[in-house]
Amino acid sequence: MIVAKQKPIEEIITQIKNYEKILIVGCNECVTVCEAGGKKEVGILASALRMYFMNKGKKVDIDEETLERQCDREYVEKLREQIDKYDVILSLACGVGVQFIAEAYPNKLVFPGVDTCFMGGSEERGAWSERCQACGKCILGQTAGICPIARCAKRLLNGPCGGSTRGKCELSKDIDCAWQLIINRLKELGRLDDYERLIPIKDWSTERAGGPRKVIREDVRQ
Amino acid sequence: MTAEIKTPSKLERILVSGKIAVTSEVGPPRGSDPEHIIKKAEKIKNYVDAINITDNQTAVTRLCSLASCIHLKQMGLEPVLQMTVRDRNRIAMQSDILGAASFDIYNILCLSGDHQKFGDCPEAQNVFDLDSMQLIQLVRKMRDEGKFLNGDSIKRPPKMFVGAAANPFADPFEIRAKRLAKKVAAGAEFIQTQCIYNLDRFEEWMRQLRERELHKKVYILAGVTPLKSAGMAKYMKNRVPGMDVPDEVVKRMSGIPKDKQPREGIKICIETIQRLKECEGVAGFHIMAIEWEEIVPEIVERSGLYPRPKL
Repeated sequence: MIVAKQKPIEEIITQIKNYEKILIVGCNECVTVCEAGGKKEVGILASALRMYFMNKGKKVDIDEETLERQCDREYVEKLREQIDKYDVILSLACGVGVQFIAEAYPNKLVFPGVDTCFMGGSEERGAWSERCQACGKCILGQTAGICPIARCAKRLLNGPCGGSTRGKCELSKDIDCAWQLIINRLKELGRLDDYERLIPIKDWSTERAGGPRKVIREDVRQ
Repeated sequence: MTAEIKTPSKLERILVSGKIAVTSEVGPPRGSDPEHIIKKAEKIKNYVDAINITDNQTAVTRLCSLASCIHLKQMGLEPVLQMTVRDRNRIAMQSDILGAASFDIYNILCLSGDHQKFGDCPEAQNVFDLDSMQLIQLVRKMRDEGKFLNGDSIKRPPKMFVGAAANPFADPFEIRAKRLAKKVAAGAEFIQTQCIYNLDRFEEWMRQLRERELHKKVYILAGVTPLKSAGMAKYMKNRVPGMDVPDEVVKRMSGIPKDKQPREGIKICIETIQRLKECEGVAGFHIMAIEWEEIVPEIVERSGLYPRPKL
């Protein structure tokens, strides 16, 4: 999933404080799972903002809405009937959702309520970690199913670097050394000799470096 | 070992001739005054065969390695251009390699580079377009095939003796020999190791290399750094990732009055060199006297490595 975390409330207030009619829009997908921008978080944030403006003696209308998905025009359309009632939209979706709303409603100001962090998974309740950087050409088959691009601080394809210490990355004792994990897994698989295969220079043109990307599927296009 | 000489590098010639090589290093200043490099190099030039110039070490912005190497070259000295893959993409690396070759710089050390988090710009983007092994492959391709990465021909290809770093003490220990084998397979011709304080562990690493005959495929220069104080020993032990300073070494330094600690550090360094001279497969020494370059001549002399061969 795409993992996000809510922006500090002070930052959200700074963005919206000059407006009086605000619609907070959540998303029922990834940000719901990572508890940053689903229906529940929309409700909590709306209450907090109402309280803030009330204490300031300012009359601000804050409404709540949560869409099935903000990264799909079909669902974003569902805001059309009510959108004119608001000065601004505060989207709690990932950066994709914020942009889909902005594209659908060109004359409406949209602000992000979360910081989009990475593609990852849940480690345990309340902890998420990165697993993929969408390089566009998966090498997990060569690295024992552990991605050094997403999980090594230097994205070394032939790691580890000299800073790997007791299984941890030199950046922090809280980060596993991806190459230690790869080596452990190769060992478990009885394939430690595979470590000596040099992974060739990577073509990064399928990654961010190649410019904004698109996937076109003629077979499913209408 | 291939006795064939592939480059005009003096370091290569000394190693191929079977003589013990001695290298040292100079860190460029955080400013543009070349006197800093020139003075440091003057102090050591007659005692070493080649001088490494570090490349924004510890990710702190400094005068660039290439320009510093040119200053050494202009003094008639033999520089080793250190190049990290942290700050340059493949365009910049190929370009800098050509730039270095245009000044007849004949040695390169291919490194990953410390993460920028530890430096003066922790907010910086990092590059890591290639890793250090792939940089080794890149330099070898440019030199041996006379080709750029895309296959285009290079007019006057670089002639560089290609080195890499190795840390015999990093984790996981079980892949230390495999990792070196991988660097050799990528094309590394000489290795400069991390500073050695744990000699037993270093000798065990060398034993593993000999088991695979890697010492016959690559020249190993054992890295040594004289300790200036007990504080430095403790700092290296506890704070520097991938550094192995045994308790005995810290104890030995701590048991000496503060004013005599530098002398003890020099003594330990010389003892290390003397013991490792006997270790089969050690082809030379890389003396990294951090901000203490003036001590290099004494270490070289007292270790019986002076005079340096005239080739």
